[in-house]
Amino acid sequence: MVLSQPTAMINLHGVRFSYADRTILNGIDLSVRKGEIVAVMGGSGGGKTTLLGLIAGRLKPVSGLVTVDGFDVPKLGKTELYRLRRRVGMLFQFGALFTDLNVYDNVAFPYREQTDLPEPLIRTLVLMKLEAVGLRGAHRLMPAELSGGMARRVALARAVALDPAIMLYDEPFTGLDPISVGIIGRLIKRLNQALGMTSIIVTHDLNETLRLADRVIVLAEGKVHRDMVPEEIRDTNDPFIRQFADGLPDGPVPFHYPGKDYLTELLGQ
Amino acid sequence: MNRSKFDFAVGLFVALGLLAMVFMALKVGNLASFDNGTGYALEAHFDNIGGLKVRAPVKSAGVVVGRVEAVGLDPETYEAVVRFRIYPAYRFSKDTIASILTSGLLGEQYVGLESGGDPVYLGNGDRLGKTQSAMILEKLISQFLFSKAAETPAKVP
Amino acid sequence: MIGKIFNFFAGIGSFFTIRIDRLGLSSRFTVSLLLVLWVAIRRTGLIIRELYFSGVRSLLIIAVSGLFVGMVLAVQGYEVLQRYGSTESLGVIVALSLVRELGPVVTALLFAGRASSAVTAEIGLMRATEQLAAMDMMAVDPLSRVIAPRFIAAIVSMPLLAAIFTTAGIFGAWIIGVQLIGIDDGAFWSQMQASVDVRMDVLGGLLKSVVFGTAVGLISVFEGYFAAPTAEGIASATTRTVVTSSLAVLLLDLVLTITMFRGLS
Repeated sequence: MVLSQPTAMINLHGVRFSYADRTILNGIDLSVRKGEIVAVMGGSGGGKTTLLGLIAGRLKPVSGLVTVDGFDVPKLGKTELYRLRRRVGMLFQFGALFTDLNVYDNVAFPYREQTDLPEPLIRTLVLMKLEAVGLRGAHRLMPAELSGGMARRVALARAVALDPAIMLYDEPFTGLDPISVGIIGRLIKRLNQALGMTSIIVTHDLNETLRLADRVIVLAEGKVHRDMVPEEIRDTNDPFIRQFADGLPDGPVPFHYPGKDYLTELLGQ
Repeated sequence: MNRSKFDFAVGLFVALGLLAMVFMALKVGNLASFDNGTGYALEAHFDNIGGLKVRAPVKSAGVVVGRVEAVGLDPETYEAVVRFRIYPAYRFSKDTIASILTSGLLGEQYVGLESGGDPVYLGNGDRLGKTQSAMILEKLISQFLFSKAAETPAKVP
Repeated sequence: MIGKIFNFFAGIGSFFTIRIDRLGLSSRFTVSLLLVLWVAIRRTGLIIRELYFSGVRSLLIIAVSGLFVGMVLAVQGYEVLQRYGSTESLGVIVALSLVRELGPVVTALLFAGRASSAVTAEIGLMRATEQLAAMDMMAVDPLSRVIAPRFIAAIVSMPLLAAIFTTAGIFGAWIIGVQLIGIDDGAFWSQMQASVDVRMDVLGGLLKSVVFGTAVGLISVFEGYFAAPTAEGIASATTRTVVTSSLAVLLLDLVLTITMFRGLS
């Protein structure tokens, strides 16, 4: 496991994070190189979303180092953090489109807020981004009129509006039909290559991970359990990963929520 | 973004609100006869001012010509000292009489000014020479009873 | 037994510490909001949009309520005044009641119920659906773009709505008093004008509205911003907005009334 590479885009070293007396991350060491697509997998509540929050500067670690493109993220002031965030895009789990704006205005939002570009130029850019995700024809619709898959594609167009260097995906495939999953997966790959981005995808979806990711990080018990190449997942004997990959009900992640002995509870008072 | 739809409705709303405020100021309140502090001050001493209050009107022939500004007690003569401000448009002669009158039977009290024939006018800070105090109901009654008692001669058996 | 007593006192203690925590939270929030106000005030497009949703959409309920309140005042006022033969003073008591008290206070209460609760729910929902987080990630400060315009709209709307309420009320009283009951039209207006002072009463009432608008605006955006991102969270935040705003308005009204009208008699 590599500690801190000078050419790494994103770097976490000894990161600890807890919330309400619960330790969520207990010493994370992680490096992502420029241009990589890294999938982060692990059980529910295992800290995957927390990881994204730390990288984006929305959360501060209890201890440890978080660097993005050389910047020490937790130490950044608000202005500097905002300046960094212009180069980081995030796709939220359900899109998080602004419900009071239509599709066009949603994608135009970053341009209107962050740049001084004239409206005709913004129009060109917005339509180009929507075309890339296949939704140019839907630009007049309101978010409420979109299906889940469509909403997420619009959110993707919005997230890459300013051609970010880094993209963070929070469970982009969850809750979508197989076609939409395939579409988003292909878009992620294509955007990463076309724009030379670095992408981190938090996901449960094994198939897409195998198709997309250069590397897979498996989190367990607040630590990086394994850092492997996708092919290794199929062949590994690691019981945790086996349970995950094969969808086994019981294993290192127990089926039963901890409690009293069954017989005692049924029969006893 | 439907800017034009919002702009129009909000413009109408603000106009309506401002109109209401103007209405309140003019038709409801006393902006039409707004006393903005200009005018000259006059002073008058009374034996009793009754229920005269600060901001009570000063009228002459029923027309409001000013406002009472301050009410105090002269520590030596124990007379009531009333200072009022007259609007610059009005001039009163030096022998003007100031009386404390009541509007209606039980209404609020005000200062009534009756101008005299003196060619010299009162200036800023002048004191009115002749005044008539407020009619106090209790004194009127005791006066009436006293005069009635004086009329009836004592009967000698 | 000892445990229960202990829990009881611990409960009282935590009742206060939670409130004080929240007070601290709201203070920090208020300061942050005030700091971005300079920037936010230039985004007139956003403010106009919020003025539409909070102000224009409240026009109907405010105007109609004002009309009815004025009418009721006229009926009740006439009933009392006629015992003393002073029915011509109807304009006076209606106008003073509306301008000084009922206009600002009832408007604020209605606004809290209609517009502020909607604002709380809207902001709470934006938080729950991660829209605020998305905005934050796009390097746009939600305080400046979402919260501040709604706060400013409340402050601006309130005096305008209070004026409309009062005007509608006086009109309603005029309909009842002059047209229906038959009080002299001239006396109605002239007595009113003689008793209502622009500085003390009209401006005082409008000042009250602005204060109420600030309080209600602040409470509604605060509750929305810190609402728990669940259905119950948003629902209880909305209720809290209405209750807290109403109490705040009544308390502030007491304080302002004592301060402003102390020197009258």
